[in-house]
Amino acid sequence: MSTSVRPESERLATTGAISREKKSATKPPRLSRIAVMVILVAAALYFLAPVYWVVVAATKSTDELFTTNGFWFASNAFGQLVENVSSVFSYDGGVFVRWFANSMVYAGGGALVATYIAAAGGYALAVYDFPGKNGVFGLVLGGVLVPATATALPLFLMFSQFGLADSYLGVLLPSFVSPFGFFLCRIFAQSVVPPALVEAARLDGAGEMKIFHTFGLRLMAPALVTVFLFQFVGIWNNYLLPLIMLADEKLYPITLGLVNWRNQTDRLPEFYELTTGGVLVSVVPLIILMIVLQRFWRGGLTEGSVK
Amino acid sequence: MRGLNNAQKRAPWLLLAPFLTLFLLTMVLPVIYAIGQSFTKVERTGLFGEGGISSSFAGLQNYERALADDAFLASVGRVLLFGIVQVPVMILSVTVLALLLESASAKWPSFFRAAYFIPYGIPGVIASILWSFLYLPGFSPIVAGLDKLGIGVDFLGEGTVLWSIANIVTWTYAGYNMLIVIAQLKAIPGEVYEAAKVDGAGPLRVALSVQLPLIRPALVLTTVFSIIGTLQLFAEPQVLRTVSSAIDAKYTPNFAAYSSAFTYSDYGVASAQAVLIALAAFVLSFAFLRLTGRKEP
Repeated sequence: MSTSVRPESERLATTGAISREKKSATKPPRLSRIAVMVILVAAALYFLAPVYWVVVAATKSTDELFTTNGFWFASNAFGQLVENVSSVFSYDGGVFVRWFANSMVYAGGGALVATYIAAAGGYALAVYDFPGKNGVFGLVLGGVLVPATATALPLFLMFSQFGLADSYLGVLLPSFVSPFGFFLCRIFAQSVVPPALVEAARLDGAGEMKIFHTFGLRLMAPALVTVFLFQFVGIWNNYLLPLIMLADEKLYPITLGLVNWRNQTDRLPEFYELTTGGVLVSVVPLIILMIVLQRFWRGGLTEGSVK
Repeated sequence: MRGLNNAQKRAPWLLLAPFLTLFLLTMVLPVIYAIGQSFTKVERTGLFGEGGISSSFAGLQNYERALADDAFLASVGRVLLFGIVQVPVMILSVTVLALLLESASAKWPSFFRAAYFIPYGIPGVIASILWSFLYLPGFSPIVAGLDKLGIGVDFLGEGTVLWSIANIVTWTYAGYNMLIVIAQLKAIPGEVYEAAKVDGAGPLRVALSVQLPLIRPALVLTTVFSIIGTLQLFAEPQVLRTVSSAIDAKYTPNFAAYSSAFTYSDYGVASAQAVLIALAAFVLSFAFLRLTGRKEP
């Protein structure tokens, strides 16, 4: 069970050796290697070309965006890039920086709390036997299947009555809940928290909460990273909820802010420059995060269905 | 239960309390609220609503109105068509890419894996902004390049824009789905391959009769997620609407529900539409799971 959450490096250490051996033992014919390579490269071009285009576009003025070849740099690309990026940051009193910070608050704060409470809940289901356990499990399972967009509108209507709409909490509260993380934590806690350890800690006089915080959380750490990442990207990419919930531009996350800019390009062409520059600046940190933490992006997802 | 002290009886509920409280507040209550709203009608009395508003039980009126709206029905048909084409195309491409990446013929698999996965880090809306530029005539290098080759394509026209949206969705989610499939491919024990080799199976044969059956759960899972995602389509058409006149405010069911609520302030019909979308997601997901029925050994 723990295999699916095991970091890739570890996995490679065990299975990689075998598959490498397998590869050298039966080297496929040259033709098939070339054919495979052609397909893989073509697919890579498809996935990377738009990203490359944004990089190029961010080095151009609005005029150049319309007049020069979109897939190649214009003269003075670097100078223009610096100018574009600095105007992204300074436009409208630095509102972009504010959107970026908001996204960090929503995604970072939301994912942190979501991971902690999902860990506590999943741990409770895995470690304890108590009446109502199956009921709780079934209820949350239903929650996984409810489309997020189906709850966004009623959430807004409810939150408006409590005065929570158009506030940080309006976006944060729903972001604190990750039924998927809850399941992953339960499955993981079941396989890594030994009952004997919990019993031993009790004999040592540790309280139940202390056992969870000192042993439970630490043992579950690898799964918690995965839960955090999924939730972070989920919140960062969420569009409908903040769109419905927020009216005040100052509370916007970066996604909403950029759409706002994009919509103004029709009337004000200088927004082309701002939007392409803003897209680049907003995308870079996430891409770095994806690549660096790629090994944590794995299953657990297929966990339930493998058996 | 013998031997449990009070602290041990209380502990699970204490640990569950934060999650359950928020779960009830942000998932269970909204669903109940939406169902309630969908059966409620709000009336303004007086010519300009000066007599105040009163709400009353509406029976199935909101559902009747939602389903009598041709534009809403058309949007349902549109996402169904989208799903029938886009989901299989994406899952098939993802499977082929995953199998190739894990095959002995592939070079630098980790580079390619990372390259395919990158778009998933780009929010759907941002991806839509990006592609909206790449579809825009007079601006896009792709449109210009195709023009030079004598191929005039209007990515934003009546008949094409749906597939332009399909392209954005595929571009964003293919790498993520591929990772799920690869995770399961990696979980196949080496002995299985050894056995196939002893039986004299070639790479194609291994892929078709060993790997495909074993990654079935991952394929079923990614398909279900894709079906649910298709029904929820919103950001992509909403962004492309600024550049394509072929997209109206009811282009997808979710877009229609959003418009009912915020353009027409008709929360009853909007809630009915949201409930219908959720129901459709349930029914289609379960139907698909049923169809592919897991055979327990």
